[in-house]
Amino acid sequence: MDLIVCRSSCLICMSMVLILAIFVGFEVISKVPAKLHTPLMSGSNAISGITLVGAIIAAGSVESSLTLILGTLAVIFATINVVGGYMVTDRMLEMFKKKPDGERE
Amino acid sequence: MSIYVLVNLVYIVAAVLFILGLKMLTSPRTARKGNLISAIGMFLAVVMTLLSEEVIDYRWIAAGIVVGSIIGAFSARLVAMTQMPQMVALFNGFGGITSLLVGWATYHAMATFDLFTTTTIFLAVFIGGITFSGSLVAWGKLATYISGRPILFSGQTFLNGALFVGMLLAGALLLMSPSGGYPLFIGIIIMSLLLGILVVIPIGGADMPVVISLLNSYSGIAGCAAGLAIQNNILIVAGALVGASGIILTNVMCKAMNRSITNVLFGGFGAAVTVGDMEVEGEVKPISAEDTYFILEAAGSVVFVPGYGMAVAQAQHALRELGDILEENGSDVRYAIHPVAGRMPGHMNVLLAEANVSYDKLIEMDDINRTIASVDVCVVIGANDVVNPAARESKVSPIYGMPIINVDQAMTVIVLKRSMAPGFAGIDNNLFYKENTRMLFGDAKSSVETIVSEFKKS
Repeated sequence: MDLIVCRSSCLICMSMVLILAIFVGFEVISKVPAKLHTPLMSGSNAISGITLVGAIIAAGSVESSLTLILGTLAVIFATINVVGGYMVTDRMLEMFKKKPDGERE
Repeated sequence: MSIYVLVNLVYIVAAVLFILGLKMLTSPRTARKGNLISAIGMFLAVVMTLLSEEVIDYRWIAAGIVVGSIIGAFSARLVAMTQMPQMVALFNGFGGITSLLVGWATYHAMATFDLFTTTTIFLAVFIGGITFSGSLVAWGKLATYISGRPILFSGQTFLNGALFVGMLLAGALLLMSPSGGYPLFIGIIIMSLLLGILVVIPIGGADMPVVISLLNSYSGIAGCAAGLAIQNNILIVAGALVGASGIILTNVMCKAMNRSITNVLFGGFGAAVTVGDMEVEGEVKPISAEDTYFILEAAGSVVFVPGYGMAVAQAQHALRELGDILEENGSDVRYAIHPVAGRMPGHMNVLLAEANVSYDKLIEMDDINRTIASVDVCVVIGANDVVNPAARESKVSPIYGMPIINVDQAMTVIVLKRSMAPGFAGIDNNLFYKENTRMLFGDAKSSVETIVSEFKKS
């Protein structure tokens, strides 16, 4: 089981994950065209709402009333980002349409 | 198999879905599906976290998710496309405050303190705090609750520097005695919030594309630090992706303004404008909407160059109508978009897409400049500095070297403008005095509507 789970703060694994993610991020996102930069920003707002995961752990772990308050506040803010971010990005991307060229004839 | 393993396996799936989603954002055709795929990844990650063994009590989580979802859904539905910069600024701030809160909760709940966790908590709180208060100021400026002009006072740089050093010192002290440092910890939070405000207030409205890109990046980096603090891989990956995205956008924006990031952050551009001795030749030649109609009617190719003024005048729908009429009339119509036109990256594209302009008509600066000399008419609507030939010609100009859309090289240029007031940078625009330029004064929207009605009359 130790091979599957490295629960203790495995610095090496986390640094590996971090560095690879940074490279993938640069590689993928530098190919996003300028016309989609606004949806990219709102979409990355939504992705940064992933801190919801951390917020849930904080709010659900019943350590003390302060962590409960902090956690719940964090859950609210993160959920706004997730829900609002994905919805508004979808709304924007829906508008990016290519009209058929036949209209002129 | 423990739940813990399962949760982490799902995190891997979620990370893959995030990356795939971003990859599909590289083309307008697949972008919408990509956003959905990314959302599915998020859904999986959140649901699995709820199942994990660390979560014992669900009541407050449920309440928080309901409240957040309602606010998020409503704001996403109701926000006008012209207000997107404000919304993104606000969301950047929410990302920052979440990391701060998660960092704080982790600090509070910590039983044993190790160097690594304390460092990452410090980073999450510090960057999260700056992101939050800085984004609120940016939001206030974009929504014009506070003046978009740079706010400068003497000793500003010194104060910022002192705060920054103070924060690093507090951080170092915290690392040395993590358990006893609660007042120190609160001090760090307060200093980071102050610093965020102070860093953004001296930055003017037209530099906002750079600032919100940078804050976007910070919100990701803060999330990344929070992920390291609670040892959660999906936070690390997602935070790194957002951080990378923000940095790329910041770079694009800086390049498009020919300025370095330090110059944007500390330059206070627009406040201390020293207008150089620029010799402006020629005279301004006004034109009426009727005459504009005759020029456009005869034009084989027309390029519209929108700027922030179009967003202010809400002229995008009228402009699209004019574009459609011109196409019916046989003209080749395109829209040329400068990377920093508007108040955030891609701002003009979204407004024109909203007005139903087909995305293949939206042309980037470098592509349009290659063919601009063969264009019959360029119509500049609400743009100023991004078409100012001084950037190319006048070495004394503050914007010298900035890449511009070379509208002055087209056969005829028509500039829609409210008055002769200079643009944000406070620089006179030689374009208005060129031989081939005509000025159509008045509100951009009503000017375009008048031209449209001229077309309809005939």
